[in-house]
Amino acid sequence: MADDLDAIRSELDAAAAAADTTAAIEAVRIDFLGRKGRITELLKTLGALAPDARRERGANLNRLKTDVESRLEARRRSLSDQALDQRLGSERFDVTLPTRPESEGRLHPISQTIDEVVAIFGEMGFQVAEGPDIEDDWHNFTALNIPPEHPARQTMDTFYLPGQPGAPKTVLRTHTSPVQVRTMKILKPPIRIIVPGRTFRSDSDATHSPMFHQVEGLLIDETTHFGHLKGCLIDFCRAFFGIDNLPVRFRPSYFPFTEPSAEVDIGCSRKGGELKIGGGDDWLEILGSGMVNPKVLENCGIDSTKYQGFAFGMGLERIAMLKHGIPDLRTFYESDLRWLRHYGFSELSVPSMVLGLEP
Amino acid sequence: MKFTLGWLQEHIDTKASATEVAAKLTALGLEIEGLVDRAKGLESFRVAKVLEAKPHPNADRLQICRVDFGGGEAEVVCGASNARTGMKAVFAAAGSYIPGLKVTLKAAAIRGVQSNGMLLSEREMGLSDAHEGIVDLPADAPVGAPAVQIMGLADPVIDVAVTPNRGDCLGIHGIARDLAAAGVGTLKRPTIAPVPGGFASPIDVRMELDAAHAAACPYFVGRLIRGATNGESPAWLKDRLLAIGLRPISALVDITNLVMIGFNRPLHAFDADKLAGGIRVRMARPGERLLALNGKDYALKSDMTVIADTERPQALGGIIGGESSGCTATTQNVFFESALFDPVRTAISGRTLGILSDARYRFERGVDPAFVTAGIELATRLVLDLCGGEPSNLVVAGAEPKWQRQIAFRPSRVKSLGGVDIAEAEIRRILGGLGFTIDGGANALQVAVPSWRPDIVGEACLVEEVVRVHGYDRVPTISVEKSDHLPKPALDGRQRRRGVARRTLAARGLMEAVTYSFMGADTATLFGGGQPAMRLVNPIASDLDAMRPSILPNLIAAARRNAERGVADIALFEIGPQYAGDKPEDQSIAATGIRAGRFETRSWTAKERPVDVLDAKADALAVVRTLGVSDEAIEIVAEAPAWYHPGRSGTIRLKPKTTLGTFGEIHPGVLTKLDAKGPMVGFEILVDAAPEPKRRAGRGALKLSPYQPVERDFAFVVDATVAAGAALAAARRAEPGLISEVRLFDVFEGGALGAGKKSLAITVVLRPTDRTLTDAEIETVSGKVVAAVQAATGGVLRS
Repeated sequence: MADDLDAIRSELDAAAAAADTTAAIEAVRIDFLGRKGRITELLKTLGALAPDARRERGANLNRLKTDVESRLEARRRSLSDQALDQRLGSERFDVTLPTRPESEGRLHPISQTIDEVVAIFGEMGFQVAEGPDIEDDWHNFTALNIPPEHPARQTMDTFYLPGQPGAPKTVLRTHTSPVQVRTMKILKPPIRIIVPGRTFRSDSDATHSPMFHQVEGLLIDETTHFGHLKGCLIDFCRAFFGIDNLPVRFRPSYFPFTEPSAEVDIGCSRKGGELKIGGGDDWLEILGSGMVNPKVLENCGIDSTKYQGFAFGMGLERIAMLKHGIPDLRTFYESDLRWLRHYGFSELSVPSMVLGLEP
Repeated sequence: MKFTLGWLQEHIDTKASATEVAAKLTALGLEIEGLVDRAKGLESFRVAKVLEAKPHPNADRLQICRVDFGGGEAEVVCGASNARTGMKAVFAAAGSYIPGLKVTLKAAAIRGVQSNGMLLSEREMGLSDAHEGIVDLPADAPVGAPAVQIMGLADPVIDVAVTPNRGDCLGIHGIARDLAAAGVGTLKRPTIAPVPGGFASPIDVRMELDAAHAAACPYFVGRLIRGATNGESPAWLKDRLLAIGLRPISALVDITNLVMIGFNRPLHAFDADKLAGGIRVRMARPGERLLALNGKDYALKSDMTVIADTERPQALGGIIGGESSGCTATTQNVFFESALFDPVRTAISGRTLGILSDARYRFERGVDPAFVTAGIELATRLVLDLCGGEPSNLVVAGAEPKWQRQIAFRPSRVKSLGGVDIAEAEIRRILGGLGFTIDGGANALQVAVPSWRPDIVGEACLVEEVVRVHGYDRVPTISVEKSDHLPKPALDGRQRRRGVARRTLAARGLMEAVTYSFMGADTATLFGGGQPAMRLVNPIASDLDAMRPSILPNLIAAARRNAERGVADIALFEIGPQYAGDKPEDQSIAATGIRAGRFETRSWTAKERPVDVLDAKADALAVVRTLGVSDEAIEIVAEAPAWYHPGRSGTIRLKPKTTLGTFGEIHPGVLTKLDAKGPMVGFEILVDAAPEPKRRAGRGALKLSPYQPVERDFAFVVDATVAAGAALAAARRAEPGLISEVRLFDVFEGGALGAGKKSLAITVVLRPTDRTLTDAEIETVSGKVVAAVQAATGGVLRS
């Protein structure tokens, strides 16, 4: 009895191989498995058999039915593979064609530098404070222990606005230090703030711009001393420039609002006329600092017999120029797209001490 | 402040080299600005004696000089007219490099006569432009000695930057004192022996200052020296002044400079014969003028201190002398002034008149009130030595003001403020070396401040003095102690949001700019600013004379400049301050951007497209979203400030009525005034205007529907003036729980619709949350949409 099934199987092989369209495959399926198909017809005859013979014959028929289905499915797949190969063989794209134009934005080096500075000092627990660009004389000078006619006031070429008669003079802040005053008048120690912002002096040449940016730092508590000031700024300089052994030098200097005061230099080399931050035997001044003058604390309503701390200020353009080799200060404000593209930063490069800073 | 090492060594006994001195000065806070070894490259030139100078046989202007240069004799051909037998000159042997000529000298025949070297002029030595003749050395210069030593060039010049608090270091003696305290050597205290006067000065000095002005000049000491012989100073004095860049004038004047540089004691020398009567110290009178020693004529003001005779001002106190009573080469009777002038008044007067003299510079920073008489005694001694003459008794007016004061000082503060442990004995040694005297003990010292340190006013100043001299480099470095294990975020919500806005705009393809906070007043006026209160009193340029009311004009100007450089497709933004007034609350932070030229550039993939309002609106909305404001919370109305195109601009409002910003095409008239080309669109978002998003437990549960959304399209014919936004909003509100999205996919005007009509075609997305919608339900919602849009717009469903 199995012989008739073998014969059907052979016929199926021949019919499947000959079918070269989906329609032809479907015709073969109907011929074998359709309602009146040959296997379907054979299945109808099972009922007439003795139980044992029916079980065996049924199993064989079912196996044959499955074989037909898989045989046809394989054939179907082979046909569609051939069709796909044929289609892909005819499709071509010139991959050397340029892509669609996209415009690319960049962040200004000043923003990126501010974000880097904030990322570093943020790790040390400093928070960003802000204050107005248009200040009064008292916050900008007097409260910081710079009385009128003080020589230090003359060296800061101050921009003035007309202001109100009889009121303190209205100035464009010459440094970010007035925000120290504004913060200390509001907050109680301990205080740790940094203040990135715009500053203004009536001066303009290759190394001076009428507007530039500073970041101010202020730390007030009961125990912080000059050794901490050194540690804080050395840690900052090494993190910012990414040089673990960057030499940092503290030089006595004078600022009316700090006592003792120090200017901070970093080691560099100028061999062959090329400035390199790091090794070498030369020094480059990058910031001013000191322990907050007790008079300033008192001017801000903080008990100078109990609290002390340090303050510092540095030029952001300057450290950006040094870090990224930007030669001319004035180009920062020219908004030349070619310059911005060259010196700008990707918006996805968000500075963080955990994720790393721009090299 | 310039001085030479040799001059310094008159004040300090030290073997330190110039380089060592320079390093220590920087460590002390006297930053080195320059260290110039003037002898460099000139060391090989020798003193030579011209044994014989005879005419050159083949040239009228040349001579043949036979010279003895110590190491032998040589014959050189020389063109200098002052070359003569017996003189001492500077000899350069063949093979030496001549810096002024930038050549290496070779032995060669000049007009047929062999020349084996050269006699040098100052220009050839690279010292000056003088080339009228060769250097004429003193007759006693030893033959064969290095010429630089004889010429006073071996002494290196040191230039230090003196901070405004250290007036005492505007005299070499003060610098020497700091060095000695820091262990560089031993301070040499000047011997100032009073010179006895031989007669009473016929020139008297009277203070004519009222009580209100008494501080203008509290103390004046004068002395007449008669019968002196003025003239050129001796070479050592001239060399010394020249080395530090001062021009020698005459012995009497040079002596005042010598004392000033040495001891920070400005003096003035009057030609006594040109004074009418006595000296009167008073305030200037209305209308008075002074022709000063710098040749300029100054109109004096009544708050300026003058040193007058009985007729007119002869000097501006502490600033500059007068021409008419200045010393000349023929002065025989000289009246010296050594006085104290109020620092502040001196500063104001000097600044008002624009005179920055060495004297003003010093009085502004404070001169030693206890050195007034010493200064005049030093000058007297020098005059007697160099010019002869007969000194009068001192003439004194006013009195030395009280400068003595004490400061309570706890040596423990050196550690607790200065951060370094220094033994009390060393603290005492340092302060003593700087001239402080110390009483008391056991962590409660009384420190008396020396007369020359008006800057020392408190304990912190003393800590600085001790730590500075001890060495900042010796203070142990300690990292800042953490206040918490995890620091609080450095930025608050608003600051953080601005950063996100900045990075979002860059991600949208705009380039970030940073522009000045000021602009020209004309431009500012176009953008709602330029009012008088916002104009700088002292701008550096007329196009930078007003505070910016908006960032847009600066970006427009940047676009113009870029276009001029051939970059016409521009997308720029800035997030920064703008100023509505001069009060702190008038400053706001704006995220402002422009796009100009083409949004899509010409490419093989697409047609080019100029920028339009939608580009600016998209940028503006992107910024608004970064502020945590949802699209549903805002409304957009068709109004904007005057610098936008009136028909192509809008305002974004946070409902109900907070203005967040504006966007639109820049008004073509404004562009023309700014000389910029369109099309240009822009936006301005006040990034701090939106309230900070509330801190919540979370964002609320997200319910995701498993059921298929259904989309239905509608087209409405409405009046052309109907705002599309109104139709979209009405459709969205028609069944709030079910309608998840409404999209506008076509806008069509004209054609069969007729004039004044337009068609708005929208897709409404229905997203059921609990079941699949039946056809009947969909029909019901569709009906509501149609009704809502028709009610809101007066339009009809297009069939």
